[in-house]
Amino acid sequence: MHHHLILRVVTKMLVGAIILFAFYVQFHGDFSPGGGFQAGVIMAVAFILYGIVFGLNKVERVFPPWLVHKLVALGVLIYAGTGVASLLLGYNYLDYGAFNPHHPSHGQHWGILAVELGVGVTVTGVMVAIYYAFANRPPPMKDEDW
Amino acid sequence: MIETLINIILFAMLVLTALAVVRKNQLFAVVMLSGVFSLLSALLFVTLDAVDVAFTEAAVGAGISTVLMLGTIALTARTQKKSTRSGMVPFIVVVVTGAALVYGTLDMPSFGDPNAPASLHVAPDYMIGSINDIDVPNVVTSILASYRGYDTLGETAVVFTAGIGVLALLSGLSRRRREDEEEDV
Amino acid sequence: MIDLDFIIGHLNYWLFIVLMMTGLYIVVARGNLVKKIVGLNIFQTAVFMLYISIGKVTGGTAPIYPVDAQGHMQVDPAIIYSNPLPHVLILTAIVVGIATTSLALALIIRIREVYDTIEEEDILEIERKLSAADNKTHGPAMGGRA
Repeated sequence: MHHHLILRVVTKMLVGAIILFAFYVQFHGDFSPGGGFQAGVIMAVAFILYGIVFGLNKVERVFPPWLVHKLVALGVLIYAGTGVASLLLGYNYLDYGAFNPHHPSHGQHWGILAVELGVGVTVTGVMVAIYYAFANRPPPMKDEDW
Repeated sequence: MIETLINIILFAMLVLTALAVVRKNQLFAVVMLSGVFSLLSALLFVTLDAVDVAFTEAAVGAGISTVLMLGTIALTARTQKKSTRSGMVPFIVVVVTGAALVYGTLDMPSFGDPNAPASLHVAPDYMIGSINDIDVPNVVTSILASYRGYDTLGETAVVFTAGIGVLALLSGLSRRRREDEEEDV
Repeated sequence: MIDLDFIIGHLNYWLFIVLMMTGLYIVVARGNLVKKIVGLNIFQTAVFMLYISIGKVTGGTAPIYPVDAQGHMQVDPAIIYSNPLPHVLILTAIVVGIATTSLALALIIRIREVYDTIEEEDILEIERKLSAADNKTHGPAMGGRA
């Protein structure tokens, strides 16, 4: 797409803002509409936009496929690991009161932060991985090319 | 009054978009119309006070879903073949199903009823508990991450499985891109 | 017998059922696989709308408590909030919906590579010819069914 100058310039400016917005939505899920899932999708959209405008090679250099595949599993591990952590501290599975027994509501804050992080990481990884899988597929050969 | 008018206009646009999807043969137009449908439904969710759901629907439906469908039609086909079957039997099936559903909604509570059973049993406890026990203003997040945290763990596992499934289906061949993308510098 | 309040109170359900049936018609009546997936998405979104409209309370607002400048929640008993429980369930349902859609689209790509078409009638035709050819070669050994 190297003759679409406006697209390239605007994308360069927008990608940073989109990633920042994704972090905002992730961490303000407690106070405004948002949370892990929406933030993961917005973060994935930043990379997909960069990939569409600048080419798959460039985006795979920034966000290599092996890292994407690791992130997919890391998010679920963070979520389940939060539950196991509260098990190891002597409480029930996914009981956030374990993280601050004197002040349960602070423990809730930490627990919600951790699990939303896990959700966001997994969703980012999955959306970018699906985009990579679709974009790496060779296009079907037309009859006149045989 | 103005709210009802907005709802009616949004709903009319939704129906028109759905009917256009039925009739169109160009798959590109169909995919774009599905993006439009998602965006309009996100607006409708806002008027129904579901802001979290509207955010998710706009991001997922009008964003990711449209991109993936465009990728699919780039790899498969651009147009739909004209259908040779008559649409009468599906139409009858659809009318019968719709009538059965309408019969099922006859004893449901009215729209906006504050004493509907859906709003009476657990929901007020969650609303109060979100202030006292969890101290999080967004009640949807507190239910999603704390009260119903198990369900969200399952949802994350479903997303994980979908990613793994797509990778298992589509990772076999890899386009030889390194050589022929060198001009894109 | 015609009760205007009853009709106005239930009109939202019936309108969303109309949308649902349009989506179902696309799934059943159209042969193109991509269009079936779009129809399934329309059906799904209409179901979400039906479900969310169950949770709406007249005169209510979004279920987020306002936060003042110090970060404390202001709980005003006069404000009515809509029911947040359907929102949570539908959020999970949207996530599951996008997972299903992406898997279905990946399957469509693979089908196109194997059968060279994504029209349901053509695929059934190809399958019928393949099983007829199999019957000819392996038929007597398998009792006429391959």
